[in-house]
Amino acid sequence: MALITYREALNQAMRQAMEADPNVLLMGEEVAQFHGAYKVSQGLLDAFGPKRIIDTPISECGFAGLAIGAAMMGLRPIVEFMTWSFSFVAIDQIINNAANMRYMSGGLIHVPIVFRGPANGGVNVGATHSHTPENFYAHIPGLKVVCPATAYDAKGLLLSAIEDNDPVCIMENTILYNTKGEVPESPYRIPLGKADLKRDGKDVTLIAHGRATLTALEAAQQLAEKHGIEAQVLDLRSIRPLDEAAILACVQKTNRIVLVEENRPFCGINSQIAALIQEKAFDDLDAPILSVSAIDAPQIYSMPLEKLQLPDAQRVVAAVLRLGLRGASSP
Amino acid sequence: MTLGKTAFFKDPINQKLSADEHRELYRLMVRIRRFEERCVQAYQQGKIGGFCHTYIGQEALAVGTISVRGADDHVITAYRDHGHALAVGMDMNSCMAEMYGKVTGCSKGKGGSMHFFDPQRGFWGGHGIVGGQTPLGAGIAFALKYRDIKGACLCYLGDGAVNQGAVHEAYNLAALWNLPVVFVIENNRYSMGTSQARSSAGYPLTKRALAFDMDADSVAGNDLYEVRAKTAKALQRAHELSRPTLLEIHTYRYRGHSMSDPDQTYREKTEIEDYRQKNDPIEHVAQVLREHKLLDAAQEAKIDEEARAEAQASAVFSEDSPFPTPDAIQQDVYWESDHPQHKRSEGVLFFNQL
Ligand SMILES: Cc1ncc(C[n+]2csc(CCOP(=O)(O)OP(=O)(O)O)c2C)c(N)n1
Ligand SMILES: [Mg+2]
Repeated sequence: MALITYREALNQAMRQAMEADPNVLLMGEEVAQFHGAYKVSQGLLDAFGPKRIIDTPISECGFAGLAIGAAMMGLRPIVEFMTWSFSFVAIDQIINNAANMRYMSGGLIHVPIVFRGPANGGVNVGATHSHTPENFYAHIPGLKVVCPATAYDAKGLLLSAIEDNDPVCIMENTILYNTKGEVPESPYRIPLGKADLKRDGKDVTLIAHGRATLTALEAAQQLAEKHGIEAQVLDLRSIRPLDEAAILACVQKTNRIVLVEENRPFCGINSQIAALIQEKAFDDLDAPILSVSAIDAPQIYSMPLEKLQLPDAQRVVAAVLRLGLRGASSP
Repeated sequence: MTLGKTAFFKDPINQKLSADEHRELYRLMVRIRRFEERCVQAYQQGKIGGFCHTYIGQEALAVGTISVRGADDHVITAYRDHGHALAVGMDMNSCMAEMYGKVTGCSKGKGGSMHFFDPQRGFWGGHGIVGGQTPLGAGIAFALKYRDIKGACLCYLGDGAVNQGAVHEAYNLAALWNLPVVFVIENNRYSMGTSQARSSAGYPLTKRALAFDMDADSVAGNDLYEVRAKTAKALQRAHELSRPTLLEIHTYRYRGHSMSDPDQTYREKTEIEDYRQKNDPIEHVAQVLREHKLLDAAQEAKIDEEARAEAQASAVFSEDSPFPTPDAIQQDVYWESDHPQHKRSEGVLFFNQL
């Protein structure tokens, strides 16, 4: 296995999918000649030419809709949003057309399309550019949503998404693009809807997705070192479909749950999971489910404050300590 | 065009300028450039975060258009907003401090480079989503007309933004409802790494106005005097006939799209140098003024020196200013929560706190 970046892992997935299937194409702003605003499509124009790697005008509504139409005809477009914040000018196409097409046609049509791009705060670009809309899109039956946290997951999930016959939204993260991980060269798939236990532990489970997974892992490390608490970390990876079984197994095992997300709290992913757990595993809980989310406000620009607004390991540790756990080595 | 030559110096709007007023317009352009150069430096020092789009090369456009506005004319633009901000009279300190994320910034450090605002000066931002400000510009014009105010809105957008659906919808509404808005396309030839020819069918962009029965004009954006003359006509049309205009103003940006664009894939360095040699808007005005004996070498040097000092002082001011306190994160979200004494709704608005 090679140690490659999250960015390269996504690139490999697209490359391999395009080699395998002539119906796969990539479309978006600056994806071809500029190699992508974040260089995720580096080299793809050279490899596949302008018929399949297509630079678009700044017309998200138009090209997202166009790609949906093409997908109805059997092409398998990958649509890159420069960031998911810019998908909002195309949201009607994504929700009313991509998500509803199958239902409105009574199953006559399906829409095998991937929408992908980064969705994150933390880079001082202000409220308009920092949206994390996994909850908006996962709210819509007909759409699938995944949020890879590592290079390995990014490649495996993207390959599955491209081969999926339903519309899939992949939410990446500009802060993760440079992070490295072991990634097999040959194609492999991670099923959508399969969570991953990224750290084992017996006292409490931290459930997260996207970059919050890395925050949770850092918190788990600190909990072990400083407080003698063994926290395990469940990375959801996929928001919809959601790996309910894995979540419930964690509740059964540790009986304590802290949810971590970079999204805001109201009607977010954490709320959904909390509702699920109390409904299906109430008796397994030894403590209230605690939730660590972004501070509930538009994303602030000011650098030191934006750091405070997003969850960090310290806030996760504090939440775990509020559960009243007494670790082996703590006083 | 030839540097230092303009057919518009004698246009009535320019003829009435006093010697001082001529020099002040020149000074404003120099101030914008020096301010932007200082921003670049601050960005490279890591003092400014996120995205930062400079206006270097486009100075005559904001200065020319905004200099002919009247007391009831308003301004709204996209994220490349530093030039407009200084042109409407915002001071360098509050602009620079905004980029430093400081509480003394024009948006208290909440918006950053792309989101400057000063409604007192009729400046409605500073907008990060491409094309998003265009319907707002039509809306500002709508409100003026609704209140029988003889004003207009100068609504700026890029040559890439013209391909957003919202822009077409705004054009139609403005023309259909006779709104006093001037859509100003700042055609700097590129949208990020995409040349105009690769992004837009139908050239020139003024042609799109025809479809909506909207008046349009094409403008050499590096000639301050032409920009002023043609903008004045469009504003007059807005004021007197309540009709929109589309101005396509040709200009050029010297630096990358934003500070994070290495500017290596889509144009040759020689293209930039060539443009600068032949078209630089500041050098152009300087030559015009020298020729008319309105600017001598000593004045020119002084203006430049003062602009540099002012930009430098704004960086010092920003450095010395405090960051907002953490409670600022949840302020300015709702009018109501900022005015608890007038609170009418009940229930919870925020679902966590720091
Ligand atoms: C809806 C939307 N899509 C994409 C972007 C990213 N983006 C920011 S600026 C830009 C290029 C805009 O070019 P143009 O309109 O010509 O303005 P210029 O930058 O040249 O002033 C792009 C693609 C965005 N901010 N909003
Ligand atoms: Mg442009």
